[in-house]
Amino acid sequence: MAANRLDLYVPEPLGRPGDTPSFGDLHLSAPGEIRRPDTREKEANMRDLPYGLIRVLDDEGHAVGPWAPHIPIEVLHKGLRAMLLSRAVDERFFRAHRQGKTSFYMKSTGEEAIGVAQSLMLGKGDMCFPTYRMLAWLMARDYPLAAYANHIFSNEKDPLQGRQLPILFSAKDYGFYSLSGNLGSRYGHAVGWAMASAYKNDDKIAIAYVGDGTTAEGNFHEALTFASVYHAPCILCVTNNQWAISSFSGIAGANETTFAAKGIAYGLPSLRVDGNDFLAVWAATEWAAQRARANMGATLIELFTYRVEGHSTSDDPTKYRPADEASAWPLGDPVERLKQHLIALGEWDEGRHTALIESLAEEVKAAIKQGEAIGTLGKSKPPVSEMFEDVFAEPDWRIIEQRKQVMEG
Amino acid sequence: MALMNMIQALNSALDVKLDQDPDTLIFGEDVGYFGGVFRVTEGLQKKYGLKRCFDTPISEGGIIATAVGMGAYGLRPVVEIQFADYILPAFDQLISEAARLRYRSGGEFTAPITVRSPYGGGIFGGQTHSQSPEALFAHVTGLKTVIPSNPYDAKGLLLASIECDDPVIFLEPKRLYNGPFDGHPDQKLSTWANSGDPKAEVPEGHYTVPLGKAEVVRPGSDVTVLAYGTMVYVAKAGIEEAGVDAELIDLRSIVPLDIDTIEQSVAKTGRCVILHEASRYAGIGGELSALVQERCFWALKSPIERVTGWDTPYPHAFEWDYFPGPKRLAQALKRTMENS
Ligand SMILES: Cc1ncc(C[n+]2csc(CCOP(=O)(O)OP(=O)(O)O)c2C)c(N)n1
Ligand SMILES: [Mg+2]
Repeated sequence: MAANRLDLYVPEPLGRPGDTPSFGDLHLSAPGEIRRPDTREKEANMRDLPYGLIRVLDDEGHAVGPWAPHIPIEVLHKGLRAMLLSRAVDERFFRAHRQGKTSFYMKSTGEEAIGVAQSLMLGKGDMCFPTYRMLAWLMARDYPLAAYANHIFSNEKDPLQGRQLPILFSAKDYGFYSLSGNLGSRYGHAVGWAMASAYKNDDKIAIAYVGDGTTAEGNFHEALTFASVYHAPCILCVTNNQWAISSFSGIAGANETTFAAKGIAYGLPSLRVDGNDFLAVWAATEWAAQRARANMGATLIELFTYRVEGHSTSDDPTKYRPADEASAWPLGDPVERLKQHLIALGEWDEGRHTALIESLAEEVKAAIKQGEAIGTLGKSKPPVSEMFEDVFAEPDWRIIEQRKQVMEG
Repeated sequence: MALMNMIQALNSALDVKLDQDPDTLIFGEDVGYFGGVFRVTEGLQKKYGLKRCFDTPISEGGIIATAVGMGAYGLRPVVEIQFADYILPAFDQLISEAARLRYRSGGEFTAPITVRSPYGGGIFGGQTHSQSPEALFAHVTGLKTVIPSNPYDAKGLLLASIECDDPVIFLEPKRLYNGPFDGHPDQKLSTWANSGDPKAEVPEGHYTVPLGKAEVVRPGSDVTVLAYGTMVYVAKAGIEEAGVDAELIDLRSIVPLDIDTIEQSVAKTGRCVILHEASRYAGIGGELSALVQERCFWALKSPIERVTGWDTPYPHAFEWDYFPGPKRLAQALKRTMENS
């Protein structure tokens, strides 16, 4: 009898603070190992892909295998620069938070290849529906740093009029859809946006992101269903950085299957990609974009990476994971790997790399200075009437009366 | 007795309950090993094991649905929604399921669940870490909505909520977690331990504060002030600033509402000012105002006033312009006195 008793199962990670980091049985495919089906291939014939891992760069920095993309050297240079810029911006703003100049900040350290490669790969008319860890997208498209500083400081010149929490940005002209604090709530917007493009017979596509943790939200599954049913021209990404604040990805189901494999149930072609490999991210995105533009519908892409830093300025990851887990991550650092590739191509060297880091640091410092000159949080803010704008297209009597009351103190 | 802040008091309530009742269990995002982003469940997984306090997938709808199923089986789940702003994906589970399971099954199935969630602003959390959604729940019959304002009440009300056979939305004013914030952001916040507030003295064992019983925090004869959560301390400061002899009532629960205490007070003072942080239109203030008008009309000497957040989303840079602070309450109190 006793042997038949049920017991409630709750998954646990392999390591906690004090333990030696372990990623268990990762099944990392070798660089170049995964086949690249034709972009017109049927989904039913590609169900092995979500269980492999598309990698292009080998340990020596060479691009190998069928997924090796053809990227012009100047784009690779631009990509490296944007990744380094993104990292420099993160460093400075994180510090600004520590100095009390803003209320909140989130870094995307280790995930820069994703935003940069996809931002550069896709077109100006395409729309990205980002998470809060997609600064790299904006950096790749040369978003003005000083304006970004004004946003982070919520000052008078904040492009979002001081209404939004820092990081929860919006930049339509840069293909960067409005962020919200609610996880996953814009995933379906990408599908709708893509369906609208198809409806209008345009050629624009959408790309959307959720984190590994966020795949548990209903929004994720609803979006996949709609994308599948209507062949929406979009790329639906899961940035699997293996952590959701303090919860390891097993709490999102990663012990049972891959995130990419979720696409199988919806009949969506699904790729699992090394997110720290700039070339692999580029190649997978290019493949999915070709399908989308050919009216063949959506692709799900899992971007496997690692959240190197804490969740946000409010978090201390040493409380819940081994302190040196980041350095144990076998797929390395995306910046180092692209740098190694460029060096292997004879298109880069250590001296230029160091000089670039230094010049970017200066660039960021100067932009932050400009933002600071206008004012940091609490020292400067847009006129208080801005609080009442854009609630509706036209304010109703409540807004008008309340605005008057506030202005009159 | 021990001096506790609100986080410790809530933790103590959960500790007591896990210890006494094997059918109580806790789950929610990051509540397990880490102990919750506000640390309310700290140490509980270690003490009671993985099955009694565990992390969940990031799915608020899933969390509430699972809790309702467990409750129907006979357990007493206490779940955490990390921020009240993120309760909305679970709205259907709360409104169509938890609130009505008893009614529609003729009492066969019930959902004795407790949904804890930090709410309210004043922490520069922006639009989605600051909202006060209590009116959304109060509008739905079948759900109880409880909001403590101090460590003693927090523990007693949480224990009463867990022991309640109906689903309870338990909103924790996060601005009060560490100390009695009175709406003056520029003044140094005293901790609960240093505040000298008797409500920071919390018994270590089991006790309850009954749901539906308001507390007269400050007796007075000129005007009744109705508040709850963070606004109780803002009200104290505003009353002092206005220099009126106000009677301050901490409602403690919105549903059930202690209508008797409200009626008795307004019958005595003849004036009423309602203070809440949530936006104004169709807020709890509207319901309270209607009730006072219906039941105390002949005692009223001046129009009922509402002091609330504005009808805008919670704006980051304008936090203190939005927040209904002591100054705005004091102005309303003076108007109320002058208008009669
Ligand atoms: C609907 C909703 N629930 C909960 C939260 C609180 N929260 C913010 S970030 C986060 C973890 C997200 O993890 P993941 O999706 O893996 O993204 P990552 O932070 O790793 O990039 C949580 C639980 C939220 N913002 N929105
Ligand atoms: Mg994650």
